[in-house]
Amino acid sequence: MPELGKYAEAVLSSYAISLGLIAVLIVASIIRSRRVKAQLEEVETRRKPNGQV
Amino acid sequence: MNLNALWEYANPLKFMRTTERVLPYVTALAVVFFVGGLVWGFFFTPDDYRQGSTVKIFYIHVPAAMMAINIWAMMLITSLVWIVRRHHVSALAARAAAPIGATMTLIALITGAIWGQPMWGTWWAWDPRLTSFLILFLFYLGYMALWAAIENDDTAADLTSVLCLVGSVFAILSRYAVNFWNQGLHQGASLSLDKEENVADVFWYPALVCIAGFMLLFVALVIIRTNTEIRARRMRALLARERLGA
Amino acid sequence: MIALLTRDLRLAIRAGGGFGLGLAFFLIVVVLVPFGVGPETGLLAKIAPGILWLGALLACLLSLDRIFALDWEDGSLDLLATSPLPMEGIVTIKALAHWITTGLPLVLATPLFGLLLSLPSGAYGPMILSLLIGTPALSVIGTFGAALTVGLKRGGLLLSLLVLPLYVPTLIFGAEMARRAAEGLDGTTPALMLAGISFGAMALLPFASAAVLRINLR
Repeated sequence: MPELGKYAEAVLSSYAISLGLIAVLIVASIIRSRRVKAQLEEVETRRKPNGQV
Repeated sequence: MNLNALWEYANPLKFMRTTERVLPYVTALAVVFFVGGLVWGFFFTPDDYRQGSTVKIFYIHVPAAMMAINIWAMMLITSLVWIVRRHHVSALAARAAAPIGATMTLIALITGAIWGQPMWGTWWAWDPRLTSFLILFLFYLGYMALWAAIENDDTAADLTSVLCLVGSVFAILSRYAVNFWNQGLHQGASLSLDKEENVADVFWYPALVCIAGFMLLFVALVIIRTNTEIRARRMRALLARERLGA
Repeated sequence: MIALLTRDLRLAIRAGGGFGLGLAFFLIVVVLVPFGVGPETGLLAKIAPGILWLGALLACLLSLDRIFALDWEDGSLDLLATSPLPMEGIVTIKALAHWITTGLPLVLATPLFGLLLSLPSGAYGPMILSLLIGTPALSVIGTFGAALTVGLKRGGLLLSLLVLPLYVPTLIFGAEMARRAAEGLDGTTPALMLAGISFGAMALLPFASAAVLRINLR
């Protein structure tokens, strides 16, 4: 751990908040990607038996 | 290379197939550069003699601020491509990029405020650059809200594209207006081409790695999100056809 | 075109058209400000240009969703679209009607409201002039926002979110011009910038508004 001196709070909090926001963005993107992929697959398999794609 | 070959990627299926093949590599590179740059910046750089350890905030602040502007520029280009050539992928890429841009703007604002507190003695000053970024954030919010509010996909793509065009003009106007309105205490761009005068190499190299990391991260995220939007759009189309009793 | 303008004006003046609503809102803002910041004359004189500009801007915003909403609901917008008038012309007329019913009364009422906020006597002329130059831009930009949100059920809030960032440059230069005058400085530069924005918006934005309206009517 590097010596941050009197500004430790500022530096650490800005890293924490930024990385947290980026993490939220990544997780949200991946979750939505998975869900939409699954939903689309479900809809497509539902339609195929009727002989229509 | 024939530039026209680029338009082949306007085909959603081809776009998805190619990007999903590239995605693992982009993600790996993004992780390497992002983590590497931040670790280098955080652990292995000296403190600035005037700013102390707060200089480390810039390894996040500067790339985020650059991305905030670059993402808007990317949205402007993809919106133009949509208006001119009507490629759905393009419009959906703009839609996918907007939340990333908003997040980057927010990060730039927050880290700026946290840095400003010990340096300028205040969390927030109506400094031109801070103010411009706040306005940019509002533009991102409006853009995303318009996408969310309209049900028809093509109408939404058209309207948001026009909003993006008009918004770009007004964003630039605001930038100059705000400059005129308050001269401010922000230092000039810290990574301009005359960087020798502004930033010493010890800070400059890790910052470059961080910028590359942020860009790669953005590319990876945009690929994931664009493909999600393509799938969601296809699903809505299928469901609509289903409701019609096809 | 003239017929459309007179029709719009008559509709606005008739009851329920919302004519005068903006003016009343402007009055309320001006009256509420001293309650908020205290009755001290010096302070009021200092912030009067900014308050007057903000009040005008908000009053303008209030009536924006009426520009197209009524015509959209009863279908006359579709009729207008199929008429020989170019869409750009319709949009311009709509913006003009909005300015005559909202912007112009605000400009005319400003001396009275300046009195309430103890605006410095030398600032009346530039204050009115700045609003006279700036409010057309507010109407034209607002028409663009109204055209964007015309088909939406709850477009009002979204309209504000879209339009307010676009209002930033106009507000800055307009208020700056009035503020400089109030402090006895030369306000030529912001006045020219304001005029530039206003005329630029009047010349170019109708094309964007028309394009957006065409998309919404598709």
